[in-house]
Amino acid sequence: MADGPASGDLFSKFDELIAMREGLLAGGQEDPFSLVMEQVLSPTQAICNGRNTILLGTYNYMGMTFDPDVIAAGKQAYDEFGAGTTGSRVLNGTFYHHRDVENALKEFYAMDHAMVFSTGYQANLGIISTIAGKGDYIILDIDSHASIWDGCKMGDAEVVPFKHNDLDALEKRLRRVPEGAGKLVVLEGVYSMLGDIAPLKQMVSIAKKYGAMVLVDEAHSMGFIGEHGRGVCEEAGVIDDCDFIIGTFSKSVGTVGGFCVSNHPKFEIMRLVCRPYVFTAALPPAVMASSATSIRKLMHNGNKRADLWENSRTLHSGLRALGFQLGTDEPQSAIIAVVMPDLEKGAAMWEALLKEGLYVNLARPPATPANMTLLRCSLCAEHSPKQVQTILGMFERAGKAVGII
Amino acid sequence: MDRAEVDTTIRSLIDPFNKKGVEITDATSFANDLEFDSLTVMDFVAEIEDAFDIIISMNQQAEIENFGQLIDAVTKLQG
Repeated sequence: MADGPASGDLFSKFDELIAMREGLLAGGQEDPFSLVMEQVLSPTQAICNGRNTILLGTYNYMGMTFDPDVIAAGKQAYDEFGAGTTGSRVLNGTFYHHRDVENALKEFYAMDHAMVFSTGYQANLGIISTIAGKGDYIILDIDSHASIWDGCKMGDAEVVPFKHNDLDALEKRLRRVPEGAGKLVVLEGVYSMLGDIAPLKQMVSIAKKYGAMVLVDEAHSMGFIGEHGRGVCEEAGVIDDCDFIIGTFSKSVGTVGGFCVSNHPKFEIMRLVCRPYVFTAALPPAVMASSATSIRKLMHNGNKRADLWENSRTLHSGLRALGFQLGTDEPQSAIIAVVMPDLEKGAAMWEALLKEGLYVNLARPPATPANMTLLRCSLCAEHSPKQVQTILGMFERAGKAVGII
Repeated sequence: MDRAEVDTTIRSLIDPFNKKGVEITDATSFANDLEFDSLTVMDFVAEIEDAFDIIISMNQQAEIENFGQLIDAVTKLQG
């Protein structure tokens, strides 16, 4: 048996991917999927693979990871409550700070109920798989995040996708759902691959016309879209018609964790029936204390919002002027996606940027729409105007070296 | 529509997606013979749904591997 498994190896299904990766790395390409940050200097700068690097591929939109109040709250909770909870939220895992962070969310969204999960992934997984049951229909955008798809897969409902942001396609499917069946429409405020936003005003209105409940994932908008930073649904004026808003702490809030807020009068029963909430350990108290502080600070952050949008606009127009193809015609969020001709060029460009001292996200199929290879740039309110100009210079040199512009 | 009529309609809908001009029989598989990727499947399914005014959920699609199974499913789904 020295040669290892031959037939019957369950890993055979990954052979194609293994070969693709080996081919890429054999050419001397630095591995885009095993970058290590040896030191993190600030929300916008780190030592990555030994180089001083500007970070343009994190979701640290508001730069809260190094906020002194956020860190102080976490340290205090560490000292007073210990390192971890060692238990489920419904047993021994609800500490003072778990309740407090849920109260902070209720204040932030002005909603009656808030439920915190260990990650944003679990929030979608748990809520979607639990509320849509056998015989119900989930109507969702084809470009939905993996956590939404996995929530659909874990549940027993009929799953019906529609073409990305297509109002007509959404309405046709809702119209065809059998009489009497429960309907859940799942949308996102900002779609994270291209950084485009959904026409929520029209979509939510269509969903309501057919009596569907609406769940909106606002992971990529919290704190800087909508009057109170509640997301695209607030900006579109339809937040009161959204039955469930899903969000995360791992982006603007700067920690980790996921949540659902809702005004549904029976919402609290979810704490007993939602398995990804019940059968996992609650987050550490320090994470909850930091998150609660961060959420309350995000309620008063006018300057940071303005800086973030300014950065997004400058990068978008600058990249476009250099001749790069972008995911959206206008900057619609803090994500600017640069479309690469193919995976090989994309990987080469990613490496050229890293050597310049810039980290961006390399996104490739199947995570991307239409099998595109993307270099995704996500901005931070703490990027200085000078850093944004430096970034544009790096893109220009790398783009010319790789032959993309 | 009976099965034969459904077959005729879907044969005409599949043409633009059948890039390699594969000969279509009941045993023709979407993944292997026609090499449909997930985006092509979505567009093709949307065409059928619109033509017959039905929903073919992903749960139902998972049971459909070849052309014959699709014709059977659509024939049944029109109710």
